[in-house]
Amino acid sequence: MSTPLLETRMLNVRFGGVHATRDVNFSLQENELRCVIGPNGAGKSTFFKLLTGQTKPTSGQILFRGKDISNMQPHQPGQLGIGIKTQVPSLFNGLSVWENVWLSARRTNPKAKADLITRDTLERVGMLSHKDNLAGLLAHGLRQWVEIAVVIAADPALILLDEPAAGMSDAEVARTAELILEINRQHALVVVEHDMSFIRMIAKKVTVLHQGAIVREDTPDRVMADPLVQQIYLGKKAH
Amino acid sequence: MDLAIIVIIQVLYAVAGLVIVSAGLAVIFGMMKVINLAHGEFMMLGAYATITAHGLGLNLWLAMLVVAPIAVGLVGVVLERLVIRRLYGRMVDTMLATWGLSLLLVGIVTSIAGNTTVGVSAPLGSFSIGAYSVSSYTLVIIAVAVVLALAIRWVLTKTSWGLIARGTMQKPEMADALGISPGRVYSVTFAVGAALSGLAGALLAPLTGVVPTMGGAFIAKAFITVIGGGPAILAGLVSASGLFGAINQLGTFLTTPVLGEVALLFTAIVMLRLLPQGITGRFFKGSL
Amino acid sequence: MTAFASSWRSAALTLAIGVVLLLALPGLVDDFTLIQLTIYAVMAILGVSLGFIWGFGGILCFGQAAFFGLGAYTYAIAVINIGDSTIPFLLAIVVPALFAALLGYVIFYGRLSDVYMGVITLTVTLILFNLVNSTAGPEWKIGSAPLGGFNGIPGIPTLNVPGDPDAVLSQQSLFTVSMVCLLLVYAGLRWLIASKLGRVIIAAKENEQRVLLLGYDARVYKLICFSLGGAIAGLAGCLFANWGAFTSPTIFGLAMSAQIIIWVIVGGLGTLVGPVVGCVVIQWLSTQIGTQQTFNSNLVLGAILVVFVLLVPRGIVPSLGDVIAAAWRRRRAPAAKQAIPAPLAPTETAG
Repeated sequence: MSTPLLETRMLNVRFGGVHATRDVNFSLQENELRCVIGPNGAGKSTFFKLLTGQTKPTSGQILFRGKDISNMQPHQPGQLGIGIKTQVPSLFNGLSVWENVWLSARRTNPKAKADLITRDTLERVGMLSHKDNLAGLLAHGLRQWVEIAVVIAADPALILLDEPAAGMSDAEVARTAELILEINRQHALVVVEHDMSFIRMIAKKVTVLHQGAIVREDTPDRVMADPLVQQIYLGKKAH
Repeated sequence: MDLAIIVIIQVLYAVAGLVIVSAGLAVIFGMMKVINLAHGEFMMLGAYATITAHGLGLNLWLAMLVVAPIAVGLVGVVLERLVIRRLYGRMVDTMLATWGLSLLLVGIVTSIAGNTTVGVSAPLGSFSIGAYSVSSYTLVIIAVAVVLALAIRWVLTKTSWGLIARGTMQKPEMADALGISPGRVYSVTFAVGAALSGLAGALLAPLTGVVPTMGGAFIAKAFITVIGGGPAILAGLVSASGLFGAINQLGTFLTTPVLGEVALLFTAIVMLRLLPQGITGRFFKGSL
Repeated sequence: MTAFASSWRSAALTLAIGVVLLLALPGLVDDFTLIQLTIYAVMAILGVSLGFIWGFGGILCFGQAAFFGLGAYTYAIAVINIGDSTIPFLLAIVVPALFAALLGYVIFYGRLSDVYMGVITLTVTLILFNLVNSTAGPEWKIGSAPLGGFNGIPGIPTLNVPGDPDAVLSQQSLFTVSMVCLLLVYAGLRWLIASKLGRVIIAAKENEQRVLLLGYDARVYKLICFSLGGAIAGLAGCLFANWGAFTSPTIFGLAMSAQIIIWVIVGGLGTLVGPVVGCVVIQWLSTQIGTQQTFNSNLVLGAILVVFVLLVPRGIVPSLGDVIAAAWRRRRAPAAKQAIPAPLAPTETAG
């Protein structure tokens, strides 16, 4: 079996009394698309923060292509090939949509190529007509797409999307699913989401987090039929 | 042996000086997260209030301990309403506006009182320890600092006003729930901080000479002490004053007063690098 | 910033105006006025240094005067020791830049917040003031240059043509050199701001978290920005020492630092022209105030700072820019009303 793209071994994070991440052993292959679900407080965002160096693990290891990245400076994951769209879109609000994406492309490409990549990426997410608009003034759904464009413009091997379909209309959600599948042709993705119909559109494998630990990992259908998962989501609508 | 006592007294004196100079700023920054760069000028106003009152015949102690704090407290109320209140939450803008106020106050006082330094002699004379002579006023400063620290602790923990103030700083809605306007709490807190600064200026008047620009010498030290102290008002004030005061004094003993100051400032920079949250951000967490 | 303000056209326009002033003024005004204009130009360079690091880099430095002073003192000490002014001129730029780099390392690599930045920079300038102020005795000298303490260093030799120590600059030439420096600094910064380095610096001010997540080490960019600011302030310091042939510790004072901040706030944070305008306005105002007795400069400057922070937070240049832009749009609007409304365009969500 080839080296996983991303692997965590007995990953733990404690904040004071809160055990936010519990003995997590996670493994993702190159170009794999995985969804991570769990109720609020399950530790999904904390997990992403660990992967991007915004939170340091209390114990355990994070390996990216076999290399230990457990204690990184915040700018290193981006350089290694990990990109993240955060739960609350994090963009340069005072800069235009074009500039937001351009900054991402420009880091590793000369100017002309960066311009090309920016144009192509904006076209892929359908935001080219908004290229001169200020990112801060866009509607929420459009901001999500801009941030996705910003992330993929850097051509990362691993893309983390934290609730990419949040606050979107049905049509926008369908478009986002399409986009994710298209991105998956060349990049691995881990998508955190709540919307089960959205997950069904994109996922082959789902990881279920509960109170910081992984409780199930299986196909969407089997996970949804699982009695433990249903119990965890008791009171929440799971189609 | 005598020298040891002198050294101890001088160190305590330096620490006490910092406590007194920084207390007003600690209350305002600690409670309201407002950076008041006019703090030195509040001190200056306290000093002028003292010498004016004393010059009109009032007893020096009354002028220092009663007139100065009240006068500057009132100035604080006015400035809070006119300027500070509009800038809550905007830390950088508050710094800039209060810097402007500091210039403004220096300008106003210069226009009224002129540019020359006025002196007031330190009351109570001096006493001897062995071959050394110590100003009794030094002991007064130390005593006042101790009383001040205890008073702040008492007000914040034992009085209802103190409790309301602490609660409001954490959650403004709390004041509303108690039927008190948060605005009133802020006004009073700022006034108290200003009054403490006025008191500090009054107490230091006999030591430094009173001139409109006297505030400038204290603002940096007060700042650094408050920020170096960290989030806990009293514990931070006392611990930071202790650390910086001691270093300042030891530096002065070993070299010159100027280098002693430099040592204090330098230590502050190093300390902030190591403890970005200040002393009570890491130690004595959760204390007052 | 409006599209015009950030385009190369506005830069070209500003430079053109600058060049015209540079060439025309010496012939138009008398020597005394030229001396005044020279100090405006020199202080404008200082203002731009803060305007750049603060408005574009998001770095609020309360002690920009420290680098200004270091530049002046470095030039003075070096030129007294060396004689020819070429190396001193370069040192006056490099030494403050290195100092800024060191200070910047402590601040940015310690991940200290805005407030602490303000305190530390304030403290540093006070340390420098205290140190230099106390060097009055004859034993305090570097090479053959006495530091002079609170008396300062008088009789500083003027810049000369490189290689020819006797060919010193005249008053007229000093004006020209100062203006050229100002224009070069302006042009250089405009170019930098449009480059990748500049865009990352601006982005780091907008959203440091996102810049880090993109893989840029924000600390390095801030360090570069801050050091550059120090270098430019040092250049201004060198020219200042030439202007008065004198420098003293007040150059490190709080008053000086406060003035620079006031120029930037009054002129407009976020532009390069703003600090120049603010500097000239305030300097002119200070000279006027100096001629009468009722209001002293502290009072007026303090009041201006308070009023601007409360009421005109964006400063003169951006506010004027807004007014002009609105008027421009109103001139064009009547034409747009005659356009036929376009049919509803299909949206991206049609999937």
